[in-house]
Amino acid sequence: MSRFDSLQCPIPIADYPIVLLAHGGGGRLMHELIERIFRAAFHNPLLDTQHDGALLPLDGERLAFTTDSFVVHPHRFPGGDIGTLAVYGTVNDLLMCGARPRYLSLGFILEEGLPMETLWQVVCSMRDAAERAQVQIVTGDTKVVDRGKGDGIFINSAAIGTVAPGLQIGPTSVRPGDVAILSGDVGRHGMAVMAVREGLEFESAIESDCAPLTAPVMALLEGGVEVHCLRDLTRGGLASALIEIAMARQLTVQIEERAIPVDGEVRAACEILGLDPLYVANEGRFVAFVAAQDAARALALLQRQPLAANAAIIGEVTAEPQGLVTMRSVIGVNRILSLLSGEQLPRIC
Amino acid sequence: MKYIDEYRDADAARAYATALAALTTRPWTLMELCGGQTHAIVRFGVDALLPEGIRLVHGPGCPVCVTPIELIDRAIAIAQRPEVIFCSFGDMLRVPGSESDLLSVKAQGADVRFLYSPLDALKLARAHPDKEVVFFAVGFETTAPANAMAVYQAAQAGLRNFSLLVSHVLVPPAMEAILSAPENRVQGFIAAGHVCAVMGYEEYLPLAEKYQVPIVVTGFEPLDILQGIYMAVKQLEEGRAEVENQYARVVQRAGNRPAQQIIQEIFEVVPRKWRGIGAIAQSGLGLRAPYQMFDAERRFDVATVSAQESPDCISGLVLQGVATPLDCPAFGTRCTPERPLGAPMVSSEGACAAYYRYRGHGAALEPSR
Repeated sequence: MSRFDSLQCPIPIADYPIVLLAHGGGGRLMHELIERIFRAAFHNPLLDTQHDGALLPLDGERLAFTTDSFVVHPHRFPGGDIGTLAVYGTVNDLLMCGARPRYLSLGFILEEGLPMETLWQVVCSMRDAAERAQVQIVTGDTKVVDRGKGDGIFINSAAIGTVAPGLQIGPTSVRPGDVAILSGDVGRHGMAVMAVREGLEFESAIESDCAPLTAPVMALLEGGVEVHCLRDLTRGGLASALIEIAMARQLTVQIEERAIPVDGEVRAACEILGLDPLYVANEGRFVAFVAAQDAARALALLQRQPLAANAAIIGEVTAEPQGLVTMRSVIGVNRILSLLSGEQLPRIC
Repeated sequence: MKYIDEYRDADAARAYATALAALTTRPWTLMELCGGQTHAIVRFGVDALLPEGIRLVHGPGCPVCVTPIELIDRAIAIAQRPEVIFCSFGDMLRVPGSESDLLSVKAQGADVRFLYSPLDALKLARAHPDKEVVFFAVGFETTAPANAMAVYQAAQAGLRNFSLLVSHVLVPPAMEAILSAPENRVQGFIAAGHVCAVMGYEEYLPLAEKYQVPIVVTGFEPLDILQGIYMAVKQLEEGRAEVENQYARVVQRAGNRPAQQIIQEIFEVVPRKWRGIGAIAQSGLGLRAPYQMFDAERRFDVATVSAQESPDCISGLVLQGVATPLDCPAFGTRCTPERPLGAPMVSSEGACAAYYRYRGHGAALEPSR
C-alpha cells in the first residue's frame, strides 16, 4: 500500500460527506465512524479490545484508563445534572473493566454568558458525586468559547483505577453457557432527559437512574463471582450493549423479553412515543456475564444492593448462530435485536 | 400496564393460534393496512403463530412511506431557506428525497426540528415572529384532526408566519385501488384501528359489499391482531363479507365526530400521488380555498419541484402487498437504514425497516416458536 492510500478518507465521501447527529447516537453509524475513522487511524492491541476502558500493564500492576465527554441538554434533569453524569459515567466505565476507580480529571468547555450560579451548582454536584463514588478529582482544565459556539457547558473527564490481579473482564472473556444478569430496570435516564428537553408531561416525573455502580460491581468481585464481562447500558441502551458483545465474540446472546424489568411510567412514555425501551440510555445500569455455576449467587449478591435490588437473569450465551442477539418475545416467538442507525425518532401516530 | 399487558399474554396468544388453526380449512391471504400493525406483527412474531395457509401481506398504511418523493424534495427546498424553521414528525426526517434528506440538510445548517404535535409548531411561530414556521403535515386520517386544528387556530389568531406542507392521504381509496388491481391477492383486511378511531367504519361498508371482502377493524397489540385475523378468517370460512370491529375498546361505529368536523372545516378531498404506487383519484386531503394562505407549497412556490424515484426500489409493490421486502434484490445490500433507496427502509412503520430490524438481513432469520 502506498503512503497516499492512507490519506483517503475511509468513509466514502459519497455516503456521508459531513458528520450527522446519528454518528454519535450509539448505533450502526457510530460503529462505522469508530471502525473506519478512529480504529483505522489509531489501531493497536490495547485499543482493539473494544472495551469501555483500556487495561494498562505498568510495573507489574494493572491500571484501567478511560475517558468520556458530556454534552447533555438540559444541564439539569430529574435525578441528576451534567456534573453527576460526568463523574458517574466515567467511574462506571472503569468499573466495567473490573477496576476500582481512583482518580479523575475534569475538562470544562464553557460558553461565554453561562450564569456563574449554574457552573457552581454543577461543580457542587460533581464534588458530592466524587465523594459518593469514592474517587478523587486530581486535575482539570478550563476553556471558554465565544457565545454561540458551545451549549453552556461541555465536560470531558478521564479516570484511572486499579485492577485486582487475575481479573480478565471484557467481551473477549465471554463464553458459551455464561448467564446474563441485568442490574435493574431500563430506560429511565433517556426518558427523564427527553421529558425535560421536549417538555413532555407525565403523571409523575421519571427520574434518571444516574448512579455510581461501585457498590454492586464490588459486591460481585469481592463475593468471588466468576465475572467474565461487565457493560454499562448507556447510549444505545441494553440492546446495543448486548449486540456489541455478541458481535465482538461472535457468539449469540439469547434473552427473554419478559425477564427485562421496565418501570411502568417509562413503558407508558415509550409506548406513546413509539420508542423501544431496550434502546433507551441508562446511566446506572449494567449487564454482567457470569459463569453459569455462579449465576444464582451473583443474582443474590446484586439484589442485596440498593442500586441493583431489581436485578434479574435475562438470558444466556450460546455458540450458534454467531454474532447475534436473539430475544424470545412476550408472546413466545424468537426474533433478533439489531443495532439501530442512530438514535430512535418518535413516530407519527 | 393496563391495556398493554393483557394484550401481550403468551398463553392467550397460543390459545388464539390453536383456535385459528382449528377454524382454517384452506389458504387465505389477508392484508394488515397499518404500518404500526406490520411492526407489531414482525416485532412480536405474530406471523409465526399463524397456521400454514394463512398469509399476511403488508399494506400501504405507512404515511411516511407513501409520501411522494417530490414532496420530500419540496420539503428540503423549503427547509433550506434561511428564514424557515421546518418542523416535522421525527420519522419523516430520514426519508430519502431524490438527493438528500431532512436530517442531512439540518447537518448543513438548515433549521429542521422534530415535534410531537403540529400545535407545537404554532407555539414556535408565535415565539419567532421574524421566521416562517412550516409543518410537514403527513399522515392518514389519524393525524389530520391535529393538523387541521393547527390551521384553524392559526387562522383564529391571525398568524401569518405559519404554514403546512400538506401530504395527507386517505385509507378507503387505497383499499379500493388494491382490490380493483388485476394482480390483487387480498381476500380480507385487518383495518387500521386508529384511523377508525377518528373516522369510524361506516365508510368501509360499501367496500365490503362491492368487493365481497371481510374488513375487521383491529388494534395494535399482538392479541388484537390475532383476534382480528381470527374474525376475518371466520368470515371467509363462513362465506361472509362484513365489517366487524375487534377494537371496540377504542373505536365506535361513527368515529369521533368533532375530529371529523375539524377535518371537514379545513380540508377537502383531492387527488394524491402515492410514493411507489402513483396517482389515486380522490385519495388525499388538501387545504380548502379559505385556508390556502396556509399552504406552504404556494407560499414558497415549490409546487413545480418534481423528482424520480430510484428504479431499484420496489416499495410500490411492497406497499400494495404484491411483494415482501425479502423479494427485493436490494434489501439489506444496496438498501439499508443507513443508505436507503426508499422510505419503507427508514420509516418506523415501514415494512422493510421492520424486516431489517427484527428479522436480520443477509442470511435472514426466520421467526421460530
